[in-house]
Amino acid sequence: MTDMQQKASASTVPETGLNVPKRRRRPHPALVIVAGGILVVALTYVLPPFRNYQLATMGAYFCVTAGLTVLTGLNGQLSLGHGALMATGAYTLALTQNRWVNLPLSFAVAVLVTTAAGAVIGLAAARLRGPYLAGLTLAVAIVVPSVTSTFDETFNSDQGLSVILNPPPETIPMERWQAWLCWGAALVVVLLLALLIRGRFGRDLRAVRDDETAAKLAGINIARTQVLAFVVSAVCAGVAGALFAVLAQSVSPGAFPLTLSLFLVMAIVIGGLGSLFGALWGAVLLVLLPTLAQSVGEQTGSQQLEGNLALVVFGVVLVVVMLAAPGGLASIPSRISRLIRRNR
Amino acid sequence: MKRTATAALAVVLLATAGCTGESDGSGSSSGSVPGVTDSEIVVGTHMPLTGPAAAGYSKIAPATKAYFDYVNANGGVHGRKISYKIKDDGYNPANTQTVVRELVLQDKVFAILNGLGTPTHTGVLDFLKTNRVPDLFVASGSRSWNQPDKYPGTFGFNPDYTVEGKILGTYVKENLAGKKTCFLGQDDDFGRDSLAGIEKILGPVAAKESYVTSNPNVGPQMGALKAAGCEVVVLATVPGFTALSIGTAAKIAFKPQFVVSNVGADPTTVGKTLGAAAPLMEGLVAANYLPLNNDDANPWIQLFKKVNAAHNGNAEFDNNVVYGMSVGYLFVQALQAAGKDLTRDKIIEAVQKNGFQGPGSVPLRFSAQDHSGYGGEQLTKIQGGKAVYFGTPYTTDDKDAPVAPYTGQPVAPPQSGVPAA
Repeated sequence: MTDMQQKASASTVPETGLNVPKRRRRPHPALVIVAGGILVVALTYVLPPFRNYQLATMGAYFCVTAGLTVLTGLNGQLSLGHGALMATGAYTLALTQNRWVNLPLSFAVAVLVTTAAGAVIGLAAARLRGPYLAGLTLAVAIVVPSVTSTFDETFNSDQGLSVILNPPPETIPMERWQAWLCWGAALVVVLLLALLIRGRFGRDLRAVRDDETAAKLAGINIARTQVLAFVVSAVCAGVAGALFAVLAQSVSPGAFPLTLSLFLVMAIVIGGLGSLFGALWGAVLLVLLPTLAQSVGEQTGSQQLEGNLALVVFGVVLVVVMLAAPGGLASIPSRISRLIRRNR
Repeated sequence: MKRTATAALAVVLLATAGCTGESDGSGSSSGSVPGVTDSEIVVGTHMPLTGPAAAGYSKIAPATKAYFDYVNANGGVHGRKISYKIKDDGYNPANTQTVVRELVLQDKVFAILNGLGTPTHTGVLDFLKTNRVPDLFVASGSRSWNQPDKYPGTFGFNPDYTVEGKILGTYVKENLAGKKTCFLGQDDDFGRDSLAGIEKILGPVAAKESYVTSNPNVGPQMGALKAAGCEVVVLATVPGFTALSIGTAAKIAFKPQFVVSNVGADPTTVGKTLGAAAPLMEGLVAANYLPLNNDDANPWIQLFKKVNAAHNGNAEFDNNVVYGMSVGYLFVQALQAAGKDLTRDKIIEAVQKNGFQGPGSVPLRFSAQDHSGYGGEQLTKIQGGKAVYFGTPYTTDDKDAPVAPYTGQPVAPPQSGVPAA
């Protein structure tokens, strides 16, 4: 944990302008989000349907990686259980949707329920450190299939639930609508996160991560900050889970395996811990790497390889990125510009 | 700003990559029917090649492909060669969503053929319907495939689990009357539909237990069945769990008569999982509707073995291979019946018209009102380590129709091994 924190702070320090003279003011998050929104809408008109579906999946992943990177990168709490929080959001959406068939309502309920789940897990998490925290969240990830089979009358066991959805307006193709929905949610989530971590809450998060004693002396309520960070992150995961339920029109424990939780952590580390742009990169990789692995697997002709290659590819990318750019992909531009300045 | 610019650039690059991929895809199909050209028909499937359900089932799609290769080597169908795209979904419904979209939207397949699994395939029904993609011969016995009003393009293949349950129940009623009969099933439509069929014939079972594939331990369930004094245990299990149930029962000295669903009873797959304990399967009663892999006198088996040797790298010849090739044969029959000017509507019409005669020992039920697959099964028993048929095939439906013996004669495959137009 400690070296992850150091890496994260190493990458964030130059940007906050503590040791480098500030050259340019960073644009307000809202501007970046609006630009991103325009870009996504433009893309949905250019891309073919299957790419739009992949784009939508990226948007859903972006929600959860953004929340996780705030928790792990900025607050130093490692969670291996975000897959389970996504499952919470997904199942809540499915159950609400199948009862009332009202998507905004279902999303609202999904957010409420994951807030509650996040608060419960966060309360326990705030008392644990390092490997014990990882262990607790790991247990949460593992328990999902057992919960669904123990309460099979509600969750329908391994088979899961299908989600009743009203079709999108006639004029909008399904995949474009899905991309809009996912990115709309992702951009709102990320904007809120960006605004949140700019201000006092962001400073509290970092202070608690870097030195709890110092933070306490400065008057920061450690436990409250940690629980809040967990809740914020859980809500993001819940929204992502709900989006996945809409995309897949079904929920089942198989869609939220332990490997998903591990992939999420890997993705934010590769992308750059603590950076929302890093979370974006992570989301992009979560969609692209399996696709890449699959096409490589198909070319080698081994059918069995296809399903397993993604794990290997992810591991290799993690090692390479950590060697070449310890701050993750998001740190590469600033590393390059620093190199250029040094050589000048 | 620099970061924003880099991110934007990357996304645009991705987009262009996507576009080029797309133009390749659409360039290959010249006609107006997706996946069909003058020389080729592209179909796709989703299969568990890895993951919890891969044992045995992963051999189905390669066998189907091998049969298509055999047909292609013999001139194809109406001059067109069949190209079969197999995608691994790992039995994970979320992956199924992705791979089926890839097949339909990017690879532009003509139809989805034999997609495997109830939970996996249920999730793509709406998507396939919206895109008007024929969804033929789903590899599962769920009754969900038979909803012609809601899903006009979806057709099953397997006898549904309720039909099977009624036939297994009839065996128990006629041969094991008075014995205490219990049930262990998968905790989903498979187990529930099967139990419904059994209870239609036998009335309530003495004890029922369920399992989930994510928890490979049936110790508590077998213990409960033993404690309930069960003498007959009907299993609605996938092959791995059939083996697990038989093995676990033996460990606690529980020796009931096992009666097993077709999808979980392939002796090769179950025997391999049991390893040295394979003799425990002796006397196991199951059911099937296709020729058995060890019946060398059967002309279908002779044909499929020939295809297996020539086009499937001589894969171990089990009932999954027989199943895969039977699916391939039926699809080629449907293509022949749909005629030279192939369209998606025409193949659905052809399947609804039915009249297919193939390896199955009972007829297919397809009609405009009925989209379920085979309508019955014949019982098998494992004797000397091999499954053999006994009695006559039975047919019934998933409602209250009686379980009736079927007297139709089996047909032999055409000399060429390729169904005629």
